[in-house]
Amino acid sequence: MKKTLFDKVWDSHVVERSDNGPDILYIDKHLIHEVTSPQAFNELEERGIPVFRPDQIVATADHNVPTQNQHLPIKDALSRKQVNQLTINCEKNGITLYGLGHEYQGIVHVIGPELGITQPGMTMVCGDSHTSTHGAFGSIAFGIGTSQVAQVFASQCLLLSKPKSMRITVNGTLKKDIQPKDVILYIISKLGTDSGTGYFVEYAGDVFEAMSMEGRMTVCNMSIEMGARGGMIAPDQKTFDYVQGREFAPKGADFDKKVAYWKTLPTDEGSSFDAEFKFDAADIGHMITYGTNPGMGMKVTEKIPSLKNDSFKKSLKYMGFNKGESLINKPINYVFIGSCTNSRIEDFRIAAAYINGKHKAENVHALIVPGSQQVDAQIRREGLDKVFEEAGFELRQAGCSACLAMNDDKIPQGEYCVSTSNRNFEGRQGPGARTLLASPLMAAATAVAGKIIDLNA
Amino acid sequence: MEAFKKLNSTAVPIQIENIDTDQIIPARFLKATDRKGFGDNVFRDWRYHKDGTENQEFPLNDTTYSGQILIAGNNFGCGSSREHAAWALTGYGFKVIISSFFADIFKGNALNNGLLPIQVSEAFLKVLFETIQKNPETHLLVDLENQTLSIEGSDRYETFEISAYKKQCMINGYDDIDYLVNNRDKIIAFEKKNS
Repeated sequence: MKKTLFDKVWDSHVVERSDNGPDILYIDKHLIHEVTSPQAFNELEERGIPVFRPDQIVATADHNVPTQNQHLPIKDALSRKQVNQLTINCEKNGITLYGLGHEYQGIVHVIGPELGITQPGMTMVCGDSHTSTHGAFGSIAFGIGTSQVAQVFASQCLLLSKPKSMRITVNGTLKKDIQPKDVILYIISKLGTDSGTGYFVEYAGDVFEAMSMEGRMTVCNMSIEMGARGGMIAPDQKTFDYVQGREFAPKGADFDKKVAYWKTLPTDEGSSFDAEFKFDAADIGHMITYGTNPGMGMKVTEKIPSLKNDSFKKSLKYMGFNKGESLINKPINYVFIGSCTNSRIEDFRIAAAYINGKHKAENVHALIVPGSQQVDAQIRREGLDKVFEEAGFELRQAGCSACLAMNDDKIPQGEYCVSTSNRNFEGRQGPGARTLLASPLMAAATAVAGKIIDLNA
Repeated sequence: MEAFKKLNSTAVPIQIENIDTDQIIPARFLKATDRKGFGDNVFRDWRYHKDGTENQEFPLNDTTYSGQILIAGNNFGCGSSREHAAWALTGYGFKVIISSFFADIFKGNALNNGLLPIQVSEAFLKVLFETIQKNPETHLLVDLENQTLSIEGSDRYETFEISAYKKQCMINGYDDIDYLVNNRDKIIAFEKKNS
């Protein structure tokens, strides 16, 4: 029988399949962070159940950490307590923690791949919907709720019904300077925020084959923004080269053995999917969102569409935009380059290459937040910190930061922020804040111009 | 988990599509390390004005509406995986959420907390909104055993889907941990086979 990449990985992790019920699915790696784990630890403690496989769990503090003065105690009492609780829980249960101050600390979806924890063919979960990021390596990776975090603690397994399969193919060549973020924002704008619900997506075709691993992570990261639990890309030589030599990657003969297995994972020719979509790379332009869900995106040169439904009107009212309006020349006071979507070294290289020799506009507050301590160190090794500094950008320390504004990094009421993050929901970046999602290149250009511009003009 | 079999209640309508979990419970309220207290901040930024006063137009503050059932627009619960959204809704007192479509992770989280997500057709959702807005005293009847949702005092009803396993969990108040822990022998055998 012909099998998809998803089928191969899923089927090899089924402990038990029941005809009418869910499968027991084995989880290889469980990533945890301070916000969605404490209640799961409590639950196990209350029921007297030990953590089953602590060696397969890796923890970090990312959502709720400050991005300045990380060597000092966290000022906010509740945040401090939550981060401390993670440390206590990890110590008590023998779980590896890369907490504040550790050279490996960072956003959970940035450190997994960079440490070689993420590998093709694995099943991975985390109490965070952007766990879909790790699918870039050809693994089944998805976000779970806290009850499920407790289930994995207790059994290293989850009870799940197998999702349906979808393939999104983008063939052809991208136009000059079009970014992976543009590709995924384009796809979501075409398919909508609920099109992927109930599905696991495979991204296929020329564009993803040509894309860097960082780019593939950006694409898979946002699968959840169209409702899909996860997205995957077939592993290839680029994947193997990325994994090889990393801290927790298999070494020597083990690595070769793994690669031989990983090469068997790509979808068999002639496999069928429950849903298929195809797009032409040449149609994709620089993208930006204008509304309050990631599906409300358009090419920056387009005009906001006119829809009649109340939710659409409510969304435009919140954003302070009008239907039929162009966003070109719209003044922007805040720019955020960071988040699990776009905070890897390649993202900062792209931003720095554009910014180099220029200066941010006077009206703009521009925040650069690396995804991890290792990305931060790399930024400094490459001298990108100087580029940002000279251009008037503020380089902060690693964390989720203004993507969800749990810490002090908030966009003020009513202000617009061109952001490389993944969600433009009402109040996501702070109460009343208005988010426009875009690529690191668009964000850098906005910061320099002080307004939205057409990069091709 | 609390068991759930039947419910007879009035309902609160929020006729907005794509309600994401950031609206149900904003991130700044996720700093707690237990499950309590989230109900106070459910839909925080829609329930309160910037100056902290209540927004009387929002259905949860509108005294016309009350009950343990929330009716919401299409694609309810999209976005973040935060289970705090389910805790906020149950903490506020909801036991059932009705919509024409639910996001995956939210649906799972709801079921794991004894909060029943009922997916109805778009046409029936429209009928429900109209009925409740016209007469907020209308009672809705939820029968999990028979998988039906009906409007009291009328012959309008719809059946809904739920996995047989999750249905038994809800009816008996069981959760997945019990099931998984009881299967540890099989899990260990799987690990041995694959090591």
